[in-house]
Amino acid sequence: MDITSIIITLILVCLLMLPLGKYIANIYTKEKSFVDKIFNPIDRIILKTGKINVSEMTWFTYAISLLITNCIMGVICFIVLLFQGGLGLNPNHFLNINPVLALNIISSFITNTDLQTYSGEATLSNLSQTAVITFFMFTSAASGLCFAAAFMRGLIGKTKTLGNFYVDFVRITTRLLIPLSFIVGIILINQGVIQTFSGNLIATTLVGGKQIIYLGPVASLEVIKNLGTNGGGFFGANAAYPFENPTPISNMIEIILMMLIPSSLIFTFGFMLKKMKQAWIIFFSVMVIFIIFIIACNYFELGNMIGKETRFGTGMSSFFSVVTTVFNTGSANCSLDLLTPLGVLIPLFTMMLSCLFGSDGTGFGNIILYVLLTVFICGLMVGRTPEFLSKKIEAKEMKYIATAILIHPIIILVPTAITLIWPSTMGSSLGGPSYHNFTRIIYEYTSAAANNGSSLSGIDSTNFVNISTAITMFIGRYASIFLLLATAGSLASKQAIPESIGTFKTNTVTFAITLIAIMMIVGALTFVPALLLGPIANHFVL
Amino acid sequence: MKRTNTFITKKIFLTSFLDSFVKLNPKYMAKNPVMFIVEIGFFITLLLSIIPNLLGGHSNQLYNIAVTLILFITLVFANFSESIAEGRGKAQANSLKKSNTNAKAKRITHNTIEIVDSSDIKKNDIVLVEMGDIIPNDGEIIEGIAMVDESVITGESAPVLKEAKSDFNSVTGGTTVKSDFLKIRITAEKGESFLDKMILLVEGATRQKTPNEIALSVLLITLSIIFIVVVATLYPISHYVGISTITIPTLVALLVCLIPTTIGGLLSAIGISGMDRVTKFNVIALSGKAVEACGDVDTMILDKTGTITFGNRMASEFIPVGDVNAEELIYHSLISSYFDDTPEGKSIVTLASQSIDFSENDIKNIQLEPFSSVTRMSGITTSDGKIIKKGASSNIIQYINALSGTIPQDLLEKVEYVSKQGGTPLVVCAENRILGVIYLKDTVKPGLSERFNRLREIGIKTIMCTGDNPLTAEFVAREAGVDEFVAQCTPQDKIDLIIREQKLGKIVAMTGDGTNDAPALAQANVGIAMNNGTIAAKEAANMIDLDSDPTKILEVVEIGKQLLITRGSLTTFSIANDVAKYFAILPALFTAAIPQMNIFNIMHLHSANTAILSALIFNAIIIPLLIPIAIKGVKYKPMSAEQIFRRNIIIYGLGGIIVPFIGIKIIDILLTLLLHII
Repeated sequence: MDITSIIITLILVCLLMLPLGKYIANIYTKEKSFVDKIFNPIDRIILKTGKINVSEMTWFTYAISLLITNCIMGVICFIVLLFQGGLGLNPNHFLNINPVLALNIISSFITNTDLQTYSGEATLSNLSQTAVITFFMFTSAASGLCFAAAFMRGLIGKTKTLGNFYVDFVRITTRLLIPLSFIVGIILINQGVIQTFSGNLIATTLVGGKQIIYLGPVASLEVIKNLGTNGGGFFGANAAYPFENPTPISNMIEIILMMLIPSSLIFTFGFMLKKMKQAWIIFFSVMVIFIIFIIACNYFELGNMIGKETRFGTGMSSFFSVVTTVFNTGSANCSLDLLTPLGVLIPLFTMMLSCLFGSDGTGFGNIILYVLLTVFICGLMVGRTPEFLSKKIEAKEMKYIATAILIHPIIILVPTAITLIWPSTMGSSLGGPSYHNFTRIIYEYTSAAANNGSSLSGIDSTNFVNISTAITMFIGRYASIFLLLATAGSLASKQAIPESIGTFKTNTVTFAITLIAIMMIVGALTFVPALLLGPIANHFVL
Repeated sequence: MKRTNTFITKKIFLTSFLDSFVKLNPKYMAKNPVMFIVEIGFFITLLLSIIPNLLGGHSNQLYNIAVTLILFITLVFANFSESIAEGRGKAQANSLKKSNTNAKAKRITHNTIEIVDSSDIKKNDIVLVEMGDIIPNDGEIIEGIAMVDESVITGESAPVLKEAKSDFNSVTGGTTVKSDFLKIRITAEKGESFLDKMILLVEGATRQKTPNEIALSVLLITLSIIFIVVVATLYPISHYVGISTITIPTLVALLVCLIPTTIGGLLSAIGISGMDRVTKFNVIALSGKAVEACGDVDTMILDKTGTITFGNRMASEFIPVGDVNAEELIYHSLISSYFDDTPEGKSIVTLASQSIDFSENDIKNIQLEPFSSVTRMSGITTSDGKIIKKGASSNIIQYINALSGTIPQDLLEKVEYVSKQGGTPLVVCAENRILGVIYLKDTVKPGLSERFNRLREIGIKTIMCTGDNPLTAEFVAREAGVDEFVAQCTPQDKIDLIIREQKLGKIVAMTGDGTNDAPALAQANVGIAMNNGTIAAKEAANMIDLDSDPTKILEVVEIGKQLLITRGSLTTFSIANDVAKYFAILPALFTAAIPQMNIFNIMHLHSANTAILSALIFNAIIIPLLIPIAIKGVKYKPMSAEQIFRRNIIIYGLGGIIVPFIGIKIIDILLTLLLHII
């Protein structure tokens, strides 16, 4: 039963990703599309009222526009959180949020991470849930997709400029994120996900006790949470909570939503490049690792119902956990902390790799980062200096690529090591040193660095945690966006070299296997010592 | 230049061995960041070998000493690979230096000759060199014609003709005049002559990192930093989870095993020996960048004459016209060419002698009338007064018309036939009768079309340039198998052609010798000048072929490719090695605290210490084991990129994963045995 559901889900995604990939390609390239009649006037009104300069941008202008826009949104929302108590739409009378937690919430949601050190239903007003959380879920996904648009244009390299950030941002939001969220949102409401602005209810239970029934605008958040690979739940229990994810069908829809855009983007690239085989080879490489992870996690979790919802079972729970890390969403439909040690290993390892499907937009960037690295290391073996899509990879690009690869292990291992030297910074819930507690700490920073957002329990909302994860999330998001756009910009400005029989081919199965090997050796081996002392040691002592 | 074919001589071995210790100077090591990290590690373990408890903990002095020793050996091996590569260059440089000794020179000032030390000769001085003199420095002949022995540079013992106001007017310092005299204006300062530059180049003293080497270094440094972070954070992590048995020397050993020391140690040797392989072909690469660019060449521009064809035309057929029979034509062609010393003349005699016999009487008392560029004819008068003439068809027709002879109707048709075939028609007449046409063919060098096929297989396009008419050009192009040709090509056309190809993003290589080739040589990405060419051409080029054999461009391109393949293969191998090293070291680190970790000890290594030492020893000895590959280059056969890639990824990628498993296991067995004996 579980296997059938998993296979059906995968097939549905495969059927949807090609048309959606084409649709996104149309959004990126501004080719004519059947939706132009509706959206062109809307886009025009938005761009005109905003008095937006729609001229082409260099990679640097594009990256700066993205950063500044994100920054402005961040500051406004930061103020909203600080004063949420008096700003209305606060039926449950929640208090203002302290600046350190507000900083963490902002950096968490603006970076598409959605690491939550608090419980949403007991902390945030409806205004904050909508105007900050749901708003960021749209904008962070849109920013990621803008990055992907510019990055792809640079790689394809027909023009030296990478497009206009604001135009991309508007088109992606109006043509992709809003309509899709609306349609799927209605389906989810139909499945029983709630959508209301009223306050919490207090019910009297059968035995006479009082129970708070938390309510709120959940469905609107739930769709974009998954579609935008955000992952932050309305409720602390995330997608395990019945009001977020009531039925096996809603569960399947949410899984599909997570996978939809990251897998489609690979084909968007194929359509834009007009080389579908290249897209299929990239898809094949990451899919192979993904499927191995699904099988492994299912195997490790067999028979472990602790911390899982009976309506999903072990199969769909472990599948959800793999999808949420491979597609870098971070939502959860079971308690990750209560997975078996080896079951935890898979999501943790996935985020350490951080080069599979990944988040909307940036995930694609990370895959290509490893493609470029593979080309650089192995491309020489055909007797030419390395080139990808007719552009030479030289010292300048290598500096960007190498730095982008270097950042990930540093922002995971360094804060982890600091925390381990002073474990009290994590708060008192964690308890004394153990393999599992080490796993919890490194999981927290890995999740922050990969902009995933899932978390094991035991980490308190201390100032140290809030600030250190905020910094990790910021670097994890913006440094790699900046470096990858620089790479793309630099490649775009180069002259294309015509392809010949002597050119290193990146659209073959040999290349796919090599890519997988490089991902494993360069991306994964780095973390093997940590994995051995965390989940694997924990497995041995249990 | 003397060609050294043995891999290394005993002398090179000894000097390289000593040199590798000199290079341990940290100042020098800092140039190679990966090995510099190893050296820092070495100093740390050295300290811990002397004072084992310096950083606290229970450190095993003997083990520390072992680690220190292996690290030292690793450093020496890496330096040794570079020294050997340099040593081979130095041996070649030494043979050059011998000819660079001080001699006397005759300087001409105001029409008087003074004898000075050749070291006093400056740029723009005029010197006189006579038979037996050594030319003091590079220069341009302003007067005279002489044979010059250039064997110090080219290794070719036959002297070459040098003449003022010709394309062969440049001379090189250190070469010897074998006949007559030359007046030379010196064009280089002392110490900057071609020979001096060559010595520096082959010694590797002026070597700079090539663009791809710089990019690769960036990657290697990054990987090293990642592993420093991994190893540095492992310390607090292991302490947190309660494993306190991991010592500093072990962490240093882990770090050294993980950072890409194999490629880090061999990288510069690969680059130096790439240039050295080019040098062995008697081509001097003026920079490593040029050799690297060779690997990327997409288009090769080749001159027809001299490169694709021999340049001298050979008789290949006798075609009689009118009612003349073949034998008559052949006979007259033979006797008229018998005393003709030109290659064409000799080839006519050779071809004619195959079909007819002749007696000594026929060629007695022949009077020779050599070729005149005015009449464009040559001829003879036989002992009985018969006049036979050979020449271009238009001139012979004019000549016959003047003698009021008849022009056979099929003559023009036959002449055109020869032209269409890419040949040169030579018309023969006796008295006032036209006998026929000799088909002179410009022969394509044997084996060229196979080599062009080879180039096509690796994606290189060949373009032939010639001053010939389109008909001839097309014929030769087809016969040689080039992809494209440009007929009636002017020097400007050549530059335009290069620019056109470069605008398409292609890397262009060309050879050239004359002054008018200089701009094109400078424009091309890889320009190979012939040593017998002009100074202008040599200065514009980035490689100089000492043998002046234009076809060598083909080999040079393959050497460039081989260099890149070697670098890529060894990088892949080095990175793939890490898998086995993890399997050797990590279980060894943790098994003491978590016994179950031993299931990862899939090589069943004897103990934690032998496991770590085995991995470290493997890491050290793989460097000298790979020196032959680094220096000779990975085997290269022309194949499509996909085939080459598949082959090398299996050998160096998959091999890089498997080999260390076997190697480390063997070393562990030997170490265990050694421990038993002790």
